[in-house]
Amino acid sequence: MRSTTICLAIPGKIVAINGQQAVVDFDGVRKEINVSLVSVKVGEYVIVHAGFAIEKLNQKEAFEIIDAYES
Amino acid sequence: MKASSPKKSKIIGEIEKKAALLGLSRLGEAGRSLRFMELCGTHSQAVARYGIKGLLPKNVKLLSGPGCPVCVTDQEDVDILVGLALSGVPIAAYGDAINVPGNKLSLDQARQQGAQVFTVYDVMQALALKKKYPKLVFWGLGFETTTPMTAWAIKNGLTVFSSHKIFPPAMAALLKNKEIKIDGFIDPGHVSAIIGTEVYKKFKVPQVIAGFGAEDVLNAIDKLLDQLIRKEYLVENEYGRVVRRQGNRKAQKIIVEVFEIGDAKWRGLGMIKKSGLKIKKKYRSQDASWVYRQAIKKIRQTIKHRPTGCRCGLVLQGVIESTECPLFAKVCTPENPKGACMVSVEGSCNVEYRYGKNKR
Repeated sequence: MRSTTICLAIPGKIVAINGQQAVVDFDGVRKEINVSLVSVKVGEYVIVHAGFAIEKLNQKEAFEIIDAYES
Repeated sequence: MKASSPKKSKIIGEIEKKAALLGLSRLGEAGRSLRFMELCGTHSQAVARYGIKGLLPKNVKLLSGPGCPVCVTDQEDVDILVGLALSGVPIAAYGDAINVPGNKLSLDQARQQGAQVFTVYDVMQALALKKKYPKLVFWGLGFETTTPMTAWAIKNGLTVFSSHKIFPPAMAALLKNKEIKIDGFIDPGHVSAIIGTEVYKKFKVPQVIAGFGAEDVLNAIDKLLDQLIRKEYLVENEYGRVVRRQGNRKAQKIIVEVFEIGDAKWRGLGMIKKSGLKIKKKYRSQDASWVYRQAIKKIRQTIKHRPTGCRCGLVLQGVIESTECPLFAKVCTPENPKGACMVSVEGSCNVEYRYGKNKR
């Protein structure tokens, strides 16, 4: 994961939410992510960009993207 | 991550067949190649990493457009931030941005001279830094994908210098450019996640919104060829798993709350009307371009444009390829970049430098 770039967005799973902040699991790596731009629940997948979730994904979609990253 | 090229697959066969068909129908145009342009730093990466340009038939050219936000940032903006940093204003910026050379220095070089310059991964970090450095200015930079974050941060108290830009006006400018005729766009995936798909309909050229995998890009090229064969122009959304028709409304709302549209200067493309985002008057006390307007005026007066031979501007428009720049890989490398396109890991030259060997 290259967090220094502006434009690369990556998918992760929400494991906890506390107000605008959530803990998101990126294939084992957990990070605090701001979820104020989306409406999400624990267990859902989001695509994350510069520290913010920018869109919700269903699980199938998330796995497709994760596969694309790992291929 | 493996960097292997996809084998000559069914889709390459399809692309070859369709391109040949179009080639025959275009003999009147003196064998002109079809030119498609991708508009996203993530696409540039996929294209280079998988050697996609090398897989395409000879009459299909895939150009990398101005999809790297750091690359299109005007050098004068760098000079202003460097000037503010050297005058004692603490500056926070995303990683790539601090290495972009201005006419005098980059922010990183200013830091080496004692200025307070901080790299942040997100605006939350910038807000945390502000507690220690109350005068901190965050350099807001990027397209629609990073603007909502900056807007959120302004609403939460951060002071910002905005170099934010909106993407569609740049596409309009590219289509008007006589030097280069574009036959289709691969529209940016994550910009579209924010702005949706409708805004692209005003461009009378085939377009496909694509994800960032090698197959996504090849699939997009195939779809663009289909549109050309059928002589139609549509906006096809092949990245439906992230991009919705109406985009992200919450993100759009917060952008509009904080920013208003103004003119902006783009590296390579020059001044484009209504393509920039300025902080609204309501938030003036957090707008660095207002707070430091006197200092910025002085900085502007001292800017000396220093020609470097860097042809980033032409690369960004697809007029030349990175390898056609006389500086490329000779004096300009990722370790010692002469221009923005070599600095950012999304920049065409940086990507070409790292993955170019896969292409041949």
